[in-house]
Amino acid sequence: MVTATLTLEQTVWEVAATVADPEIPVLTIEDLGVLRAVTIDDDGAITVTITPTYSGCPAMDAIRDDIITALALQGHANVQVNLVLSPAWTTDWMSAAGKAKLEEYGIAPPTGKAAAGKVSVGLSVKCPQCSSLNTRELTRFGSTSCKALYVCQDCREPFDYFKVH
Amino acid sequence: MSESNASATRITPGNALRPEDIAASDAKPSEAVGEYALRLGDDALILAQRLGWWISRAPELEEDVALGNIALDQMGHARSFLAYAGHAWGKTEDDLAYFRGEDEFRSSHLVEQPNGDFARTIARQLVISQYQFTLYARLMNSTDATLAAIAAKAVKEVDYHRDHARQWVLRLALGTDESRRRIIEGILLTWPYVGELFEDDDLVTGLDGVAVRPSDLRPAFDADIESLFAEAELEVPAVPFAVGGGRHGRHSEHLGYILAEMQVLAREHPGATW
Repeated sequence: MVTATLTLEQTVWEVAATVADPEIPVLTIEDLGVLRAVTIDDDGAITVTITPTYSGCPAMDAIRDDIITALALQGHANVQVNLVLSPAWTTDWMSAAGKAKLEEYGIAPPTGKAAAGKVSVGLSVKCPQCSSLNTRELTRFGSTSCKALYVCQDCREPFDYFKVH
Repeated sequence: MSESNASATRITPGNALRPEDIAASDAKPSEAVGEYALRLGDDALILAQRLGWWISRAPELEEDVALGNIALDQMGHARSFLAYAGHAWGKTEDDLAYFRGEDEFRSSHLVEQPNGDFARTIARQLVISQYQFTLYARLMNSTDATLAAIAAKAVKEVDYHRDHARQWVLRLALGTDESRRRIIEGILLTWPYVGELFEDDDLVTGLDGVAVRPSDLRPAFDADIESLFAEAELEVPAVPFAVGGGRHGRHSEHLGYILAEMQVLAREHPGATW
């Protein structure tokens, strides 16, 4: 058996990866694909790079502060968090584990691939409560920019859907 | 980061993230590119301020949320563009948003038009979202990496705004006599300000490859509007273009009121954070 020794970058990544999205606390920023890179320069200064889901996402300030706090608790004081726009985030970056956690939490994960371009025929969104495909969009703009509000026509439960983007 | 350039929109002084930290902090645009970014950012900023008014006043709760979300997206785009523009003159996004006068704003007349009733707001949304969608789709290919990155992010969001406006135009036009009367009136009131969006000038023609030439966007805009209007049984109004000049700082009286409301706190308490 090979014993893996984590590099400092990997260690820092794992700490940063524990930070949860303040609006969807069941997901970490790693699950979402928001955590993009960790670099450490020769002086030991740590740079964590994150990317916003939407341009105006108000959670980014909180995520930045949470990363700094999480790393400070592990003794890393010299931390800078950079935000990059390019390449633009897409829902394709959300991990499979993240999608499973979303569904368990009651939010329907994105269906289809953003990279495939626009799909003009709407794909069914599965109800996270009863798994029915007989659901309907109530409003495309939901409780946050990244979500739409749906209702299940079988179990009658309203639920959030994480939009493909 | 010194306290003096602390952001007025920041939660934690000296500690929160600003798009200027984002938008390629080592890339300093030329003044011409800065001026172009200012136009894009000012359109988004003024539109965000206008749309924010609807929160709690829209005809249904879902619309409060929708228009609020659209305003938030526009605010995000404005912050990125203004932060980048500011690099050209050593200014922050807040300097540009809160401490410029009317004649220094480069927004179009369209975005400063009054909200009117819901149909008029939707007519304005139709035009601006259709324009921004076409613009950002092309700006993604800009030779300026920062503008291209902001556009690539924004185009996906504006696509939702555009779809939202189009669905509402259909619903209002094909709904009741009253909803149809109102969307027709909203379109009539909006159309004089369409022309300005597609006017070229020396600044954009001088930024070949960086900026998107506004007149190049017109055919796609017209085609999209015509197909929607055919479906909605509407006609493109035959109205003359109103006076433009927003890109050069000439505005109607509406902008002053918007800025007064938007800027009052930052000007009363310079450097305030909350």
